[in-house]
Amino acid sequence: MPDTPMITIEAVNKFYGIYKALDDVSLDIAAGEFFSLLGPSGCGKTTLLRSIAGFDTPSTGDIRIDGQSVIGTPPNRRPTNMVFQSYAIFPHLDVEENVAYGLKRLKLDAAEERRRVEAALEQVRLGHLGKRRAHELSGGQRQRVALARALVMRPKVLLLDEPLSALDKKLREEMQVELRSLQKAVGITFILVTHDQYEALALSDRIAVMFGGRIAQVATPKEIYQRPTTRQIADFLGGMNFMKARITGETATRLSVETPRFGDVTLDKPLGFNARNGTATIGIRPERLRVLWDDARADFELAGRVVDRHYFGEITHLIVDVPGMEQPLSVSETNNFGADDIPVGDAVRLAYDPDALVALSD
Amino acid sequence: MSGRHGIPKSRWLPAYVAIYLAFLYLPILLLPIFSFNNAATTTFPLAGFTTKWYASLWHNTALLEAARNSMIVGVSVAILSTVLGICAARAITRYRFRGQRAATGLIMAPLFLPEIIFAVSLLMIILQLGVELSLVTVILGQVIFCLPYAMSVLISGFGGFDRSLEEASLDLGETPIGTFRRVTLPVVAPALVSSLLVSFTVSLDEFILAFFLSGTEPTLPVYIWGQLRFAAKLPGVLALGSVMILISILLLTLSEIIRRRAEHRLRAQGALHA
Repeated sequence: MPDTPMITIEAVNKFYGIYKALDDVSLDIAAGEFFSLLGPSGCGKTTLLRSIAGFDTPSTGDIRIDGQSVIGTPPNRRPTNMVFQSYAIFPHLDVEENVAYGLKRLKLDAAEERRRVEAALEQVRLGHLGKRRAHELSGGQRQRVALARALVMRPKVLLLDEPLSALDKKLREEMQVELRSLQKAVGITFILVTHDQYEALALSDRIAVMFGGRIAQVATPKEIYQRPTTRQIADFLGGMNFMKARITGETATRLSVETPRFGDVTLDKPLGFNARNGTATIGIRPERLRVLWDDARADFELAGRVVDRHYFGEITHLIVDVPGMEQPLSVSETNNFGADDIPVGDAVRLAYDPDALVALSD
Repeated sequence: MSGRHGIPKSRWLPAYVAIYLAFLYLPILLLPIFSFNNAATTTFPLAGFTTKWYASLWHNTALLEAARNSMIVGVSVAILSTVLGICAARAITRYRFRGQRAATGLIMAPLFLPEIIFAVSLLMIILQLGVELSLVTVILGQVIFCLPYAMSVLISGFGGFDRSLEEASLDLGETPIGTFRRVTLPVVAPALVSSLLVSFTVSLDEFILAFFLSGTEPTLPVYIWGQLRFAAKLPGVLALGSVMILISILLLTLSEIIRRRAEHRLRAQGALHA
């Protein structure tokens, strides 16, 4: 990370009466980073974004953009621009006028303004729709107008409030790819608010997961997914098999546990870990368990019986009962080897990699 | 036999609709017919076509005076009701506050209260206060009466207003005042125009309050009432009535067209938000 972060959030609290919307949030976001705030609704992610934009004011704490504190600076004087969830396209103006809206204040000469509007519309591939009104545009097109209208201002930071949530699945996936390449092209710091974990994983350089006004973990998508620090984070980011394990040894950074069927393993200790009655919660993602076919062997195996099967097209979820484990294991198998044909009731052997196990705080 | 939604169709329905429409509009239709009739009495058969009753309107100074009074009252009432309506409608559509429903109900109440009771009460208070009856007192009374109309139009106009439009404007560097001028005003303008037109029309046709509160300065409906005592004046009144109906219909149609276009635009804008 460069020396001066583009955004510094320092010990920010936000109270609405006795309700704490933001609880001691501190965060650094680097210049040029694609950063996501991920969490369920009501977790404070939107409040944090709106505080950066200037629409909400922190009760205590400081927000600095490019080294400058922006507390007390109104939204119209902040070097940020926002893409609103509803897109907020001005209905009385056409696409070009929408994009030129903010430029009018800059009093550019007409040719320069025209050039910047056209460049911004080209950037989002809307060059041909300049004269359309908002109600003549599709959802995806409105989203592009909102992007162009913000980017044309050349902000230091672009804020995106659930920008893809109103689009259908296929369009959303297309826009994700486009958003990512757009960010690479313009090199501006993007901060995305989303409740969609796949969106955050696919787009971000780093993700902050938020629950109840607090930041639970900040890490790269891969780390957040593979090494979540708490059970709540693991759960929010997709399926995970949880089990209780007895702690046999503990250092400052490592944890040795005796698991029911995964043997004795030593794992990284998550930040803020507290042992409960000498046990820890251990997790393994369903796709890190693999069915062993016929005579195939693996270094680490466990045996069980298929008790249920869920078909999802490209994958199948097998629910495997393993003797000695409290909960049956969920196993995610791609369908190219015939996992969708394993009859319920059959015995199966599963392979795993002990490195895939993670210790979690409750 | 059944209709589209399974409601049985009746052979009587067309007849019912015909009678209904005739009852509603035939009397109003008679007005323009007799206003072109070349006779002082309103009886069939018609005596021939003339426009002399309309021509006579232009030479009637008392009538022109009343028309001027109606214009003054109508324009004042339209502006006042709309300004007050904007404040109330914005509060009601934008914020959640204690007594919100009660406030809305109280503002809308004059629509349902017996107007004559309302007029008598106002008259009593005004006389008690020793205020002289004039166009000002008519304006005050009619503002209360027109406010519900203005409010309904404005609430429907502001209801579709997405708050984030104003935020987007601020976000793009515009000042709060500039935002009001460049976004808020243009987006709600159709509702404002519509409210002005509706209030003006209601005021133009309003009789009871004007009758009680106008003193020696009659508005058009009060003037018409006064003329009805003289049989000879009837054709002139018919001509005047026809002109007023025409103006009212034109204004209301115009306001409805503006309102619908604005609603369509706002709905399209807010569709994704839902």
